[in-house]
Amino acid sequence: MKAAVIVFPGSNCDTDCEHALKTVMGMDVQMVWHKDAVLPKVDLVVIPGGFSYGDYLRTGAIAKFSPIMDEVKKHAERGGLVIGICNGFQILLESGLLPGAMLRNRSQHFICKHVWLKTESVNTPFTSQLKAGQLLNVPVAHGEGNYYCDDATLKTLQDNKQIVFTYSNEKGEVNDSTNINGSRANIAGICNAKRNVLGMMPHPERASENILSSWDGRSIWESLLNQAGAVAK
Amino acid sequence: MKFKAKVLVYLKKSILDAQGNTTLHALKKIGFAETESLRIGKYFDLTLDAPSKADAEKKVKLMAEQVLANTVMEDFSVEVLEAPAHAAV
Amino acid sequence: MTTTTVEKKITPEIIKAHGITTDEYSRILKILGREPNITELGMFSVMWSEHCSYKNSKPILKLFSKMNAELPRQEALLVKPGEENAGIIDIGDGWAICFKIESHNHPSAIEPFQGAATGVGGILRDIFTMGARPVLLMNSLRFGDLKQTITQRLFKGVVAGISHYGNCMGIPTVGGEVYFDPCYEGNPLVNAMALGLIRKDEIVRGSATGIGNSVYYLGAATGRDGLGGAAFASKELSEESHEDRPAVQAGDPFMEKLLLEACLELLKTDAVVGMQDMGAAGLTCAGCETASRGNSAVEIDLQYVPRRETGMIPYEIMLSESQERMLVIVKKGREGEVERIFDKWDLHAVKIGEVVAGNDYIVKDNGKIVAQIPAKALADDGPVYVREEQKPAYLAETASLDLSKIAEPKDFGAVLLKLLGHPSIASKAWVWEQYDHMVRTDTVLYPGHDAALIRVKGTNKGIAVSTDCNSMYVYLDPYRGGTIAVAEAARNVACTGARPIGMTNCLNYGNPMKPEIFWQFHQSVLGLIESCKTLEIPVTGGNVSFYNESPQAAVFPTPTISIVGLIDNIENRVPSSFQNAGDLIFIIGETKNEIGASHYLMVEHGLQKGVPPVLDLQREKKLQQFLIEAAAEKQVNSAHDTSEGGLAVALAECCFKSEKGLGAVIDGLELIRGGDLREDAIYFGESQSRVIVSVNSGKKESLIKLAMKYDLSVLPLGKVGGKELVMDKLQVSVEKLKQVFDSTIPAIMES
Repeated sequence: MKAAVIVFPGSNCDTDCEHALKTVMGMDVQMVWHKDAVLPKVDLVVIPGGFSYGDYLRTGAIAKFSPIMDEVKKHAERGGLVIGICNGFQILLESGLLPGAMLRNRSQHFICKHVWLKTESVNTPFTSQLKAGQLLNVPVAHGEGNYYCDDATLKTLQDNKQIVFTYSNEKGEVNDSTNINGSRANIAGICNAKRNVLGMMPHPERASENILSSWDGRSIWESLLNQAGAVAK
Repeated sequence: MKFKAKVLVYLKKSILDAQGNTTLHALKKIGFAETESLRIGKYFDLTLDAPSKADAEKKVKLMAEQVLANTVMEDFSVEVLEAPAHAAV
Repeated sequence: MTTTTVEKKITPEIIKAHGITTDEYSRILKILGREPNITELGMFSVMWSEHCSYKNSKPILKLFSKMNAELPRQEALLVKPGEENAGIIDIGDGWAICFKIESHNHPSAIEPFQGAATGVGGILRDIFTMGARPVLLMNSLRFGDLKQTITQRLFKGVVAGISHYGNCMGIPTVGGEVYFDPCYEGNPLVNAMALGLIRKDEIVRGSATGIGNSVYYLGAATGRDGLGGAAFASKELSEESHEDRPAVQAGDPFMEKLLLEACLELLKTDAVVGMQDMGAAGLTCAGCETASRGNSAVEIDLQYVPRRETGMIPYEIMLSESQERMLVIVKKGREGEVERIFDKWDLHAVKIGEVVAGNDYIVKDNGKIVAQIPAKALADDGPVYVREEQKPAYLAETASLDLSKIAEPKDFGAVLLKLLGHPSIASKAWVWEQYDHMVRTDTVLYPGHDAALIRVKGTNKGIAVSTDCNSMYVYLDPYRGGTIAVAEAARNVACTGARPIGMTNCLNYGNPMKPEIFWQFHQSVLGLIESCKTLEIPVTGGNVSFYNESPQAAVFPTPTISIVGLIDNIENRVPSSFQNAGDLIFIIGETKNEIGASHYLMVEHGLQKGVPPVLDLQREKKLQQFLIEAAAEKQVNSAHDTSEGGLAVALAECCFKSEKGLGAVIDGLELIRGGDLREDAIYFGESQSRVIVSVNSGKKESLIKLAMKYDLSVLPLGKVGGKELVMDKLQVSVEKLKQVFDSTIPAIMES
């Protein structure tokens, strides 16, 4: 499987994604600078976490104007896979590839800790190897991960089963007490209607190896590799 | 011609403003009990060149829509003034 | 744009306002052979301030280098202390680590968010200007009583500032320590530590060599930030300094992230001769230090210096402390390459001068010389003072602790909960969950263990770091407190299985002109040295912060110690908490009748008195060797040292920090008891060189054998299991212990 990790000024999970996909999962990974006008031919585009342009205006607000983003949009329109993690999710929202926007965490703090995610949809290329309702222990690290959308958008997300992950606890309960940042409907990750673009605040690349505190994040990469294998056949 | 523009960006009324609420709570706590409501926004102060005030207004609105505000969650207002002659950038 | 300097006559008032003494002024006259102008006077004043010149501490700091020279294995020390911006130690396989700790106390007292944030920014620049990629941050924070709203404001601001800067940079803040004591009221301590990784053959020096090479200014534009900030840091904070706000600089972590990436990319090209951060004393310091190290002369013209404000005079430009700026010395003819890289990162790089023949630092403004000073004289030949010392009178009073007057507690369980609920001991998760402590995916032991541990990708190695100082010990016995500070930080590192390989320090004290303060300083440094010598840990450098005084008194003498350790195989790392029900618990090391200077005495009896526990350094060394061998041989499942709160607190931590919330049944206290030990000394005393380990039941014999090999006392205490911590005199559920430990700080900060 071929993947491109987009590097913006201020990206800081770019090398983590590279490590997880290349060294750990064995994908063919290229780093692509945001000023590049051409996206190499890849199956997967990763928009990594960080603080693109310092997040000074709004998270992800300036990155959407980078030349490479037009290419990423075209890639998505062609049905290519895109995953935006943390700041990458914020960039996908700002650039309109996914619906909604991000507010500051309800606590007003940056939050870095392991959380429990409940898999709400296995009908995506990113979650095909997971079981419905499967719980994943994956860390978050963000100050603005409080997902917002209006009622109509939320209904669409729910009707189309575009909510992929929600914040839960180790028992799989999803309620206000398990909502770490105030997101609508405990949303931790959503996909687009075509299901080829996923945005999520938690960091699967930080939970991909046995030596780290969890390796539940691997199942997302395994799903993608499995998908690629199926296509190849 | 040079114009000065003020752009205010604030969260839509329907959205909880947690920063604003925290600040309101703090104000009340330290003795400004009369405070009734408070919302926090962003203020952009910019100078630009445009053929007319109407053009300047149009440009600044575009900036606000496309860059300065995220209209999914934010509203904005724009005010354009003719800049005094010496207020060059 | 042109600037004009009004030629100001140098009067005795102006000299005094710059904090320059009559003797120092005579020295300046001798160096220059004439009167300085105002710009030159300003340059001397910042370079000869305590902050930059260490004029009051140099004779004492020299003792560290002397000690280093007597150590075995000193070849690992790739840069001598004080020689460069940070120390460097060889860790094998072509890799080296570069680390340093520095204070940002006074700026944080005035503006906690920006003060702490720029402290992080400054220490990171010290690391990456040497060519190293920063891989972790740590910090040591001290505040007044957390019940005070002013303390809460400072604490909140400092944590938010560190979080803002470190998180945005994408460098994990992997741990640290936070203490609360009324002595830090109004004068918090904010010490930030950074560590970077570098290939041994890619170390960059902060020196300007090669006549004709270009001097580049890189990064943010210069404003009037922190004018005279370095001098400011060297004055006691008085009521007036609340009016002193412009002395605070604001940080821009995004700019710094670009600088970091651009500099590291640049250094791969070998077009760079030297690099130096413009930190304290800004352009003055960067220019004269690079010239002095390179035995060269540097000439710059201020007309090329990017500015953020209009009408700045040379004096202001030379003394500005605007953040995120660097000076880069580029090989002649390679400028294009360098500019292309800066362009890629949207950075502003301007050639402002050249390396020229001679020894002077020459500053021009539109071609006209506005300052010309021998670089070495400015950078290195500042005045050095040997200050008067006197043993403080309070020590006679604090040392007289009559143990027979201290009643043993009735309810040991209640005392344990009280200790766990003291903000200095309670969980700091509220702090470190605001820090991104896992970005870079190298953090293998999260904050909350005895030391943080990161892996080095591409090798089996791991690096453990601990930052520590029990300043109450140092206050009550500076020498012994100093020895314990090093021993404990090294012990924390050894608990993870890593071998301590280097120490750096940040020495925080009151006004050195007071003989009692200087005595504390001198004695505690002697203590640090004694420990480093015995434990064979080289000192890579340090930082001194004097004048830490509130209107009431000086802070406790606080030599913050950072020990870095190396573990050859990270798979052998040892966590601090219990791992499996059924494991056997042992205490290694002897328990003595020591409650003086303990947190128990302070929290339960309201006394900061007595003398700190005795430290036998030879025994400490053996304990650490034992820990390292036990880890390498996979003998132990957990290792945790006993510190504040003694055995009971340490056991409680081993229980509730375990993922499963394991309890423990301790039925072996009788073995410790022997002799005539007080019960409170057994439960809460802080005897040194003790560690609690847990082992598989099958490894009992081999553990005892290993401890005997190192001539250490080893006593079986009990067994891991159940949902409670049970000792002779207390029985508390792990859930309750954890609840008190976890909720204390959030309850205060989120109300």
